[in-house]
Amino acid sequence: MSEKIIKLMVCSGKNCSRKQGDDITDALKLELEAVSLENKVQVVRTACFGLCNAGPVVKVWPEGTIYTGVSPDDAAEIVNEHILKGRKVERLLYTDPATGKKIPDEKSLTSLKKQLRIVLRNCGITDPENVEDAIAHGAYLALAKVLTEMQPEDAIKIIKDSGLRGRGGGGFPTGLKWEIARKNQSDEKYVVCNADEGDPGAFMDRSVLEGDPHAVLEAMAICGYCIGSSNGLIYIRAEYPLAVQRLKIAITQAREYGLLGKNIIGTGFDFDIEIRYGAGAFVCGEETALIHSMEGLRGEPTVKPPYPAQSGFRGKPTNVNNVETFACVSPIILKGADWFSSIGTQKSKGTKVFALAGKVNNVGLIEVPMGTTLREVIFEIGGGLPKDKKFKAVQTGGPSGGCLTEKHLDTPIDFDNLVAAGSMMGSGGMIVMDEVDCMVAVAKYYLDFTVEESCGKCAPCRIGNKRLHELLEHISKGHGTRADLDRLRNMSVVIKDTSLCGLGQSSPNPVLSTLDNFMDEYIAHVDAKKCPAGKCRDLMQYLIVKENCVGCTACARVCPVNAISGERKEPHLINQSVCIKCGACYEKCKFDAIIIQ
Amino acid sequence: METVKLTIDNKTVEVPKGTTVSKAARMLGIDIPLLCHMELHDLGIENKPAGCRICVVEVEGRRNLAPSCVTTCEEGMVVKTHTTRVLNARRTVMEFILSDHPKDCLICPKSGHCELQDMAKRLGIREIPGQEIAAMSTYRKDTSPSIIRDLDKCIMCRRCEMMCNEVQTVGALSAINRGFMSAVAPAFEQNLEYSPCTYCGQCVAVCPTGALTEVNHTPDVLRALADPSKTVVVQTAPAVRAALGEEFGLEPGTLVTGKMVAALRALGFDYVFDTDFAADLTIMEEGTELLDRLKRHLSGDKTARLPILTSCCPGWVNFFEYYYPDLKDVPSTAKSPQQMFGAVAKSYFAGKKGINRKDMVVVSVMPCLAKKYECQRGEFSVDGNPDVDYSISTRELAAFIKQANIDFNNLPEEEFDNPLGESTGAGVIFGTTGGVIEAAVRTAYELYTGKKLERLDFTELRGFEGVRSATVDFDGLKLNIGIAHGLGNARKLLDDVKSGKSQFHAIEIMACPGGCIGGGGQPLHHGKSEILKARAAAIYREDKNKPLRKSHENPFIIELYKEYLGEPNSEKAHHLLHTHYFERKKKIFVKP
Repeated sequence: MSEKIIKLMVCSGKNCSRKQGDDITDALKLELEAVSLENKVQVVRTACFGLCNAGPVVKVWPEGTIYTGVSPDDAAEIVNEHILKGRKVERLLYTDPATGKKIPDEKSLTSLKKQLRIVLRNCGITDPENVEDAIAHGAYLALAKVLTEMQPEDAIKIIKDSGLRGRGGGGFPTGLKWEIARKNQSDEKYVVCNADEGDPGAFMDRSVLEGDPHAVLEAMAICGYCIGSSNGLIYIRAEYPLAVQRLKIAITQAREYGLLGKNIIGTGFDFDIEIRYGAGAFVCGEETALIHSMEGLRGEPTVKPPYPAQSGFRGKPTNVNNVETFACVSPIILKGADWFSSIGTQKSKGTKVFALAGKVNNVGLIEVPMGTTLREVIFEIGGGLPKDKKFKAVQTGGPSGGCLTEKHLDTPIDFDNLVAAGSMMGSGGMIVMDEVDCMVAVAKYYLDFTVEESCGKCAPCRIGNKRLHELLEHISKGHGTRADLDRLRNMSVVIKDTSLCGLGQSSPNPVLSTLDNFMDEYIAHVDAKKCPAGKCRDLMQYLIVKENCVGCTACARVCPVNAISGERKEPHLINQSVCIKCGACYEKCKFDAIIIQ
Repeated sequence: METVKLTIDNKTVEVPKGTTVSKAARMLGIDIPLLCHMELHDLGIENKPAGCRICVVEVEGRRNLAPSCVTTCEEGMVVKTHTTRVLNARRTVMEFILSDHPKDCLICPKSGHCELQDMAKRLGIREIPGQEIAAMSTYRKDTSPSIIRDLDKCIMCRRCEMMCNEVQTVGALSAINRGFMSAVAPAFEQNLEYSPCTYCGQCVAVCPTGALTEVNHTPDVLRALADPSKTVVVQTAPAVRAALGEEFGLEPGTLVTGKMVAALRALGFDYVFDTDFAADLTIMEEGTELLDRLKRHLSGDKTARLPILTSCCPGWVNFFEYYYPDLKDVPSTAKSPQQMFGAVAKSYFAGKKGINRKDMVVVSVMPCLAKKYECQRGEFSVDGNPDVDYSISTRELAAFIKQANIDFNNLPEEEFDNPLGESTGAGVIFGTTGGVIEAAVRTAYELYTGKKLERLDFTELRGFEGVRSATVDFDGLKLNIGIAHGLGNARKLLDDVKSGKSQFHAIEIMACPGGCIGGGGQPLHHGKSEILKARAAAIYREDKNKPLRKSHENPFIIELYKEYLGEPNSEKAHHLLHTHYFERKKKIFVKP
């Protein structure tokens, strides 16, 4: 086991990477070497801490001090003050955006109080590149238990009883999936881990793979034992190089320790894992498309049945689970079905990881028990909206989810409630919107994504989504009519009803949910030709309020197209036929003389 | 057999387990519209990507509408095929498809035969909402020697892709791009010319729209006919007479040989000849080659390779030149009947009539699109003058006849001209799978054994099974014969030849499923395999009605050898009637 007793953990979340996570790591290592502490203190790049807006974050483990906004220049101070002298570096401590107070350690963090970490249990705690460290934190204990004490049926029963449902979006009962795969007899079967995380802004799978890869490997081996398979495949996006690298290291180390490969821990059970790379297609998150992609075919879905559990990879029974689902398995085996099913709601058990983003103070990954309300997530964990803006909507479920409003805030989050409200769980994206977000533009933004990512196989998704997008564009330019709104709804309903796979069956959700919840905004666009949020360029004007304008000429000087005229110390005027609505004047004006209408 | 009972539109039906909802509905007389789905039942070919979503139905208890073409019936299932929800969905999806399809139906080569056009009519589409703001997916057009691709008209039914990959195993076409810009094309959206395409034309034969069509050579033919300095000679392939009538509303399987001859004469061709004559000639050459190789092989000559493979199908020749260049000395060196005809017409016949070959234009009417490419091959010309100038398809001929104001159905029957119009029943059956080898057996038997063949109908060589085999007794010598139609089936036999496992002495291969009757230039079958069966039956009927049924008994063939060629496989015959094969380069060109 590692002799190092203190760890300095540098988050390698998205923001942190951008803000020099690597440089900080290097700087900390250099400073530790300078005081000859490199053997006592370890510097680890870990997964997201959920404080992305304050990144980069350095956490001191095990005590839990959190330093935020760290730069490489701060390394010396952290090492000299905190590590050597035991004095916290006050200026780098995290400031609670709600109270303005400095937070001494993570236990005092309000955003963590409501959270329960099962999936992310080891992320940011263990060294993902050291199997010994993972074992010290309990990895492979569940596998050992299953292999030595249980029949496959017993383990499947535990998973079934726990109520675990697929975290990739579908919410299919995991235990049942395993049971079906077990019952389909075949000389060969496959366990596939779907790590083709494609929702824009979602990175929970990446965090697990980067922070705790052994959790996934262990669960895949357990699944292999349960369904009768010796072959594991991880289908991962090639755009996740760090996750791929850590998976490779983890697989190699697990093999060395006899935790993968032939005769695992002397039980006679064989199981090994290979990595397959995705080529950057959102639709390959759909399991049949994923399997085709792994087979070297065009990544497009086929009609189910046959389900992969009957005929999957190379025509053999195949069990496909998502990373987050697998990450739940070991704790369930160790702590029991009752423990897991005591968490959550009646039909959705356990926890769910969300990527909280948008207009919210604390952005980042959070893990909460099912049944937590949207209000708790946004206002307590998320710390509310910045700049005291008014909450308008929250979009859940990734690009195919729906936009929920004020009235849904007290809905306990689970698979069924979100669907009933017109959205979905998806893989766990959660984007908060405020009063200046235009819902027509939001719907158009998501359609833009699904139009790009449709595989093109079935007509409603291939052409229908394009037509939806065009009509939204038409409306946002002020050319729409009330009849277009009806057509928007009809096209959406038909695309959902007739598309081949989950992508098309859910892609119109942003349109339908905004039509349901924000009809007044659509009507403003088509009747009054106005965008209430002031986002649709073609429907707004920048105007100068004469009373407020002092004639400083700042706006005229910044205008890139010379649309603003006026004498010094006289009110100015914007020539609407020339204005390109770039907003530069609006930003520049110090006297609130320019308004958007 | 296990069955399931279900209700469709309030009617109960019991069907074998595994039956799809659309087929079960058909049993009840409920005709659910299908667009992308296509099935050639007798040939075991089915395209079911479930991509168009036109055939959706409501299944009680299911959240979404189900595509009836692939949804299998389950016990107690309750299906509704024309609820408001279904009808609205079907119409809306059709509007989507049409919104991304050109509206130039009036001048589209597929007009009148277009399944999309038919579907729009059937669903009563009168307008396409939002067309004014709808972008269209557009692509570069591609013209190859045989096939024109206009992907603007592709509806992603994937039939061509299925044909090219699963049935033919050629692998020239696959889906490219994603989302709105998806279409089926060669890799890198390359031209067909730079792909492994064999020009078999099966993609064209199944394309429901005008996305894949043949290159039209009728304007060239018209120009030749109008030129008084040219003697224009036409030859018609055996499979044409069994299908041409379909274009004029006649029942599939109606033989229109006499009317076709009359129509060609009315069009102004100077001599109306028959490719069947050249088919008889092919048998003389190929049959002799077979016997020669067989005798040498039996006497221990290791250089005599067996099996001998037929070589009359140009799609097949293109296939082995690309995929099996190392086997290029295995097929017979005999030219195809089309090219034998051209060579004989422009030498023997032109000489007989005192016509300079440059003043003679040879036109072929073929069920085939690969023939267009074949007649353009450099080795089939003399000083740049091709043996066959233009090859037009059965469909092109029908259109040509219609343009010339000819009332086809009321034409009197006429006879082919001589000498190149006389043929035997053996020449006729070239038009269907198994026919070439049966014709060869009829002649080879008599030449080998010196005895008269008692039984002329080798039914064991007939049928639609993809790969067939039979043993024919040549007076003690057991001749093992293999037959494959469809290039995927050919590949199976060829892999055996390559690995030395093949036990056959002779193998007949036709690129198209069903043989020439199912060629890429034939009237469109729209997925009805009974049409192909009716054409095959017509071919055998024509054979049966012929007074002469063995190629070597054709009096004009005998005369040709006596007057001009000498013996089969003589030096002169070799020069005129045999060819050699090339390796087609497997090189990827990336054109902008």
